[in-house]
This record gives sequence, structure tokens and C-alpha cells, in this order.
Amino acid sequence: MRHDHVITSKQLSRSDIETVLDRAAEIADDPAAVADRHAGALLGLLFFEPSTRTKMSFETAMKRLGGDVVDMGSVESSSVKKGETLADTVRVIEGYADALVLRHPKQGAATMASEFVDVPLLNAGDGAGHHPTQTLLDLYTIRENAGLDDLTIGIMGDLKYGRTVHSLAYALSNFDAHQHFISPESLRLPREVVYDLHQEQERAQVREHESLEEILPSLDVLYVTRIQRERFPDETEYQKVAGEYQIDAETLEAARDDLTVMHPLPRVDEIAPEVDETDHAAYFEQAHNGVPVRMALLDLLLSGEGGETDE
Amino acid sequence: MSDDGDHKLRVSKIRSGTVIDHVRGGQALNVLAILGIDGSEGEEISVGMNVPSDRLARKDIVKVEGRELSQDEVDVLSLIAPDATINIVRDYDVVEKHRVERPDVVEGVLSCPNAGCITTGDEPVSSRFEVFDDAVRCSYCGTIVREEIASLIDT
Repeated sequence: MRHDHVITSKQLSRSDIETVLDRAAEIADDPAAVADRHAGALLGLLFFEPSTRTKMSFETAMKRLGGDVVDMGSVESSSVKKGETLADTVRVIEGYADALVLRHPKQGAATMASEFVDVPLLNAGDGAGHHPTQTLLDLYTIRENAGLDDLTIGIMGDLKYGRTVHSLAYALSNFDAHQHFISPESLRLPREVVYDLHQEQERAQVREHESLEEILPSLDVLYVTRIQRERFPDETEYQKVAGEYQIDAETLEAARDDLTVMHPLPRVDEIAPEVDETDHAAYFEQAHNGVPVRMALLDLLLSGEGGETDE
Repeated sequence: MSDDGDHKLRVSKIRSGTVIDHVRGGQALNVLAILGIDGSEGEEISVGMNVPSDRLARKDIVKVEGRELSQDEVDVLSLIAPDATINIVRDYDVVEKHRVERPDVVEGVLSCPNAGCITTGDEPVSSRFEVFDDAVRCSYCGTIVREEIASLIDT
């Protein structure tokens, strides 16, 4: 892996991804072996938006490597409330920590922040943009359940604003993966992402659908995201599509027995609780995988094995 | 006399400075905006708009007296005036003549149209756009703009 910062999954090659996933698998097999590996190291957590899984799994990962975290806390209790810029905030916290994790509501925030710091910076979500560490744990989960080559995956829900979807799509284009995107017309993939997948990533095999029905039987993996009610200007428009993008046991009768169902969480009603009890459900395993994957990533970056950036 | 020659009678010669020729019709004011020229610093500027042209049918022409534009400046013009030719004039003679070239990147020239982009806030960062053959793309949020690039000019 040759990066100082992890900003988007577009920057990650197949080799980069495999390096992280292989290291994560080693750590998952024997976490005690790395328990003191980064004793004394500090990770700075800068979350300008609410987060449960991402923030806590980074915190857990750092502590399981023997290190600790310094947490900016909520925006309301920080100097951001006084009008401090993001550029200043990261320059200050850079002096306290050995690496930074940033979540911010603005697209491009991590790219900009990385231009102001020398310590490794990990993008934990920038608005509707990217979420590369989520993608790495998604890929880890997919590899464990279905393998990453000769893969047929359906990605369904809010594809327009879903940063996990954008990052996953870019990363999957490194592999022999057929990607099927299922959403209402109003929540299709941003044209920028489609452009990249078709133009820049020649290997990507991408199709867009409005209905899950036609594609479900061929899927190895179904990756579901929440349709965000708050994005719809008209409640009736939301109601038209919400039910169609709900998964329950009846829906999955048309799926292969070995279909893996994933979701970055939190879910609301897009996956019925009855699916949790089936062999299809992998979303809690997926969330748990965030710890070894983030341990692997932090280990690579803090050990200097991130190397020099290619850029 | 060609149409290109005829327009020279409409817009007087300059002594020293830059003549930006073969600007697509209607883009002259955007050319001035993209160069940050608004006349407030006393520059002497002549503008011809929608004059006949052999090459473009209708074109604009901009003459800036007393100022030689840098290569970086004129390359930025390629975003809205890809056919433009640049003439550097000294003592009424054209001493350099060249076409604009599309740069790989432009910084601090365009504003990102995505309200959710970090560059639209109060951060100490200039906009940066990658330049494609038929579009520009924000280096921060990834937004691609194909049309109406002139409307993004940061004036």
C-alpha cells in the first residue's frame, strides 16, 4: 500500500485492498499478536456528524492495537461552534495525534483537510461523497462470504446520496464484479460516479435497474441501503418507492440459497427483522468486521507501511 | 479583404498589449471576467462582439492595452474560448502569436456549483478543477460540469 492518507476508494488499487484485507484476516485470527503494537500512539477523532459504528470501531481498533484516542467531541462543544475552520482544526489536532479520522458533512472535506496535515488522515465519510474505510470492511465481508471475483452484486436503495455505495462501486471495479444498481429514478447513482465507472474504470461492468425482481435470482450479494425519507421533497413520492425497496423473507424466496444480504446500517425498515434469522443476513457480521479492518489499516499507516503517496 | 480583416477596421489597433482573437461569439465578457479584468484598474480595453469570421462565422475579439497576458492566464481562457488565438503586441507589431492550450488543472478561477462542496464554505482553500476535453471536474467533491462553464467563473 502506498498512501499517506485514505481519502477515497478510487485511490486504492486491487493490491492495496488485498494488503489491507489480508492483514485484517491475520489480525482477526490472532488479535493478541498486535495487542501492544502501537502502545503510546494516539488517534485523533474528528466527527462533525453523528456516528456510532464508524467512530466506535475506530476507537476500538486503536485501543486493541495498544493505542488510545483523543476525541474532539461534538461540534457543539468544540471550537467549531466559535467559527473555527476545518483547516485550523485539523492543524491543531495534528499536533496532538499520530493519525486523524475525519467525518464531515461537506463533500471534499477530507481531501482539503489532507492538504493541511502531515500525519495520516482517514476519511470516515464526507457528505454524500466517499467512505473508504466502510468500503474496506464491506469488501472484507464480501470476500469472506462470496469472494471478490466472478461476483454478481446488487446494490439497492439510495444510490444518489449514499457515500458507502459510491465508494463500494469504485473499489469493486478493481475486481471481476458485475454491479447491478437498483433504485428509484430519483435516487440513481450520480452521473459523476457512472462516468467514472464507465469511462475511467474500464473493467467495471455496471447496470442500472428500478426493480430488484429481475436481477435478484442471479445475485451473490445484495447490498441494501436506507432510502432516506428526508431527501424527498414530497412525502407521496417517498411512499411510492419505499415499499418496493424493502426486503423480507418472502422477497428472498426468489434468491439463491447462498445469497449474502449486507447493509452498512443503520437500517430503518428496508430489511425486515425476520431476515436477521436467515443464513442470508451478514450485516451484523459486516459491522463487526469494521474493527479488524480498521486495525489493519491503522497498523499499515502508523507503521509507515502506507509509504509515499503516488500523487 | 477577408471578414477577419474587415473587423480590424471596427476595433482599433493597440500599441502594446494583448489581442485575444477568435473568441466564440458572445463570450468576450466572460473572457474578461475569467482574466479578472473589469476596467477598475484603468486598463484600456476594446471589445468587439459577434463580428464576422471566416473560421467561426461569428466571433468576439478582446484587446487589452498595456498588459501582456501570461501563458497561464491565456490557457485558462481555453475553458470558454477553445479556439482563441493570442497576439502579443509591442509598438503596433505582433511579436508573438499562439493558440490557447487547455491546462490540466485550473485553480481559483471557477466556483463549484455543488453547495455541498467544501470549497463553497469559509475554508482557506481555492477551488481547483481538472480540465477534460468537454468538461471540468471539481478536484474536491468530484462534480462534473459540461455546460455553462462560464457561469462558474469566480468574479
